[in-house]
Amino acid sequence: MITLTVNGHQHAIDAEPDTPLLYVLRDELGLNGAKFGCGLGQCGACTVIVDGSAVFSCLTPIALLPGRPVTTIEGLGTAAAPGPVQRAFITEQAAQCGYCIAGMVMRAQALLARSPTPTEQEIRDGMNPNLCRCGTHMRILAAVRRAAGMAPVQKADAR
Amino acid sequence: MTARVSRRALLAAGGGLLVSVSLPRAEARADDAPLPGSLKDTPFLDAWIRIETDSTITAFTGKAELGQGLKTALVQIVAEQLQVVPARVHLVTADTARTPNEGVTAGSHSMQDSGTALLNASAQARLLLLNAAAADMNVGVETLSVIDGVIQGPGGASRDYGELAAKLSMHVRAQPGGGLIDPAGYRVMGVALPRLDIPAKLTGGAPYVQDMRPEGMLHARVVRQPSAGAELLSVDVDAVSRMPGVVTVVRDGNFLAVVADKEWRAIKAMRALEASAQWNETATLPVQAEAPALIQSLPSRDIPVLTWTGEAMPTIRRISAKYTRPYQMHGSIGPSCALAVYGDDGVTVWTHTQGVYPLRASLAQLLRLPPEKVRCVHVEGSGCYGHNGADDVAADAALIAVVVPGKPIRVQWMREQEHTNEPYGPAMVAEVSGAIDAEGKIVDWTYDVWSNTHNRRPNAGGLLLANAALPDPLPVPPPAPIPMPEGGGDRNSNPIYALPNAKVVSHFVPDMPVRVSAMRSLGAYLNIFAIESFMDELAEAAGADPVSFRLRHLTDERARAVVQLAADRFGWVAKAPRSSGVGRGFAFARYKNLGAYCAVALNVTVEHETGQIRIGRVVAAVDSGQPINPDGIRNQIEGAMVQSASWTLYEEVNFDRRHITSTDWSGYPIMRFPAAPASVEVHIVPRPGQPFLGTGEAGQGPMAAAIANALRDAAGVRVRDLPLSAGRVKAAIGV
Repeated sequence: MITLTVNGHQHAIDAEPDTPLLYVLRDELGLNGAKFGCGLGQCGACTVIVDGSAVFSCLTPIALLPGRPVTTIEGLGTAAAPGPVQRAFITEQAAQCGYCIAGMVMRAQALLARSPTPTEQEIRDGMNPNLCRCGTHMRILAAVRRAAGMAPVQKADAR
Repeated sequence: MTARVSRRALLAAGGGLLVSVSLPRAEARADDAPLPGSLKDTPFLDAWIRIETDSTITAFTGKAELGQGLKTALVQIVAEQLQVVPARVHLVTADTARTPNEGVTAGSHSMQDSGTALLNASAQARLLLLNAAAADMNVGVETLSVIDGVIQGPGGASRDYGELAAKLSMHVRAQPGGGLIDPAGYRVMGVALPRLDIPAKLTGGAPYVQDMRPEGMLHARVVRQPSAGAELLSVDVDAVSRMPGVVTVVRDGNFLAVVADKEWRAIKAMRALEASAQWNETATLPVQAEAPALIQSLPSRDIPVLTWTGEAMPTIRRISAKYTRPYQMHGSIGPSCALAVYGDDGVTVWTHTQGVYPLRASLAQLLRLPPEKVRCVHVEGSGCYGHNGADDVAADAALIAVVVPGKPIRVQWMREQEHTNEPYGPAMVAEVSGAIDAEGKIVDWTYDVWSNTHNRRPNAGGLLLANAALPDPLPVPPPAPIPMPEGGGDRNSNPIYALPNAKVVSHFVPDMPVRVSAMRSLGAYLNIFAIESFMDELAEAAGADPVSFRLRHLTDERARAVVQLAADRFGWVAKAPRSSGVGRGFAFARYKNLGAYCAVALNVTVEHETGQIRIGRVVAAVDSGQPINPDGIRNQIEGAMVQSASWTLYEEVNFDRRHITSTDWSGYPIMRFPAAPASVEVHIVPRPGQPFLGTGEAGQGPMAAAIANALRDAAGVRVRDLPLSAGRVKAAIGV
């Protein structure tokens, strides 16, 4: 048994110690936000926050995690009461298929916690580990800017 | 004859709507008039709309949400025509047990097919309800109005949809038209309603097939043949069977899979199985660098696309060029996944396929079951952008489920399995030649395109990946071209420009050296890249501004409006100041020459020393007919352009003679945030009341050509082979 602290709650986990956190979150704890994308740390779909830093949960064995708090997107808010970064993504309608988006939100959350007023280049570099294939990049960037309290870039006016 | 309903309809009255109708006459017969959209194939209203006695409204579509915002747009249509708030509409999507058969969700057809069907079905359902209310209240129907599903009559009388529906059969044939709300009175359609699915996706809801976790579910993984036709010589099934959590190992010919209680245990067992497997492989793949030339040299069936013969004009200049694209992949972020359970009733499969009905037919053949013993239910997956591994993983899950009856089996592919097994967008070649006269007008045009099929979507079991691994494989149907006007390799090979003389021939190549199928926009990506690059080459030869040159050859007013809007919003002027390394490009197309119009203007900077292209400001204009959700259109066009930029700048599937070597994102890089455009704007030309025009793929081709044209402007080089990679650009610049 390994004890993990996820979104403020302690869980006794019955899984092999080499099990990546991703599978424990999804299959043992029923938390769907983190997704399997590559298992290689190349795409960021599995991104969660451990000890305040964004990590690839697909590459993080649970043996490394006792005593280190884990936050997933479920810990940021709910559909009825979304957290600030989630709210910014909803306002910008920053998703298409949405498979990558929980990872994007967690990457942005960690970035903004570290650097509350990032420059455009810092945002782009900070989001670099995460891939989106639908081409929602511009809206994701706008959402991160919005979450940082920066002025949203001008949007097209033809409503 | 057509049953008529008077158009004059709507007087907004205190939030309600006064609707005046004249009723379809009893003798009105519509059998001879074509029904709109997918009502053609599924004509009964209750296949599309059902209203329960508690006024619950359920709408049914045979199309699937792929991340394109389909659910939200269809709910808007139904809510508008039934005059209810969108929250009242529950939408059921593609399910062989519940919804109409609308084929595949592809080709930017959903709004034209399903949207049009639901538009008319909802409007006609509302008419039936109004008629019933009028009869019930013994008043004229013209005295009635609807407020959120409650019909208001004179003197405070009212009937809600539920009580009327209880006494009414919706099992009636649709009429060719009638009852449609006047677009001038739209309150839900044409509005940027926030996507209904986004809040759950942002908060860890369970919208994806990957997130399904039914009671008793087991995790399976497949060990794929490492190359086409590989034969399994030996594998240590016993050792893997003894690994923790392993329920069973499946070996059937060259089909190899493992089932375990937990996902990570399934993966470890699969890796062990894979490591112990010995295969006999042969070299089946072509030489990568020679792929376009090979496609051009293989035997082809030559299909005339068009011949326009006008007056022979004196020409002052003729130029020719050849354009190519490599194999490119869909590259879904989430590898394909499916769940299947097998029991006495047959097999049920939860799948992110684009076509539940064709998949059902294919699985039934593969499993040797009657089709009615197979149910396919669409559940969202990661965005697919065409025919990826979705159908193949569904076949894997179904084959394994049959071995472990009663247990839901979840299969997700590993990253390298998706990268190396999905059917790619085909390599293609286009050759074009054009002549201009002294006035700078095109007087002659010839265009030839060589391509494999763009449609190997399974409609037969033989087309599923696992079939080839089984000991008794089904026959594989031969490839077929998709006929114009939609076309496959020849999609958008017919120029939209007014040309006095033109000849276009599509060379359909049946032999497929690499597994290929449908990828977003099919052949239109290369054809528009080629035509719109070549339009700039001709404009240059004519000494003309690229935008004016296009307008000079465009007669379609909607096309002209889109070109003009993109140019205006970009601030395109004919004689812009030039600076080295900075350039601008323009391109335009109407998708399939029958879908949405899309024009793109953008600027780039080109780093001389590296050949790296950086995309700056991107401005697009689009005409999708009547917009259902303008923000949905913007999101689709933005996404199409950014995705196309990634294809255009970076993407090419790598392989040696035996193996696909683009096994992950390091071997197949795609656009990351630092390289995303500086800004993207999408401007919509609204066309109230006009038919819906497919939009989802309209941005791919124009974006590619606009980048190539901007590269030419910035660095003086014309690169005609995709991708416009830094290495290729650097070589062209000659530094």
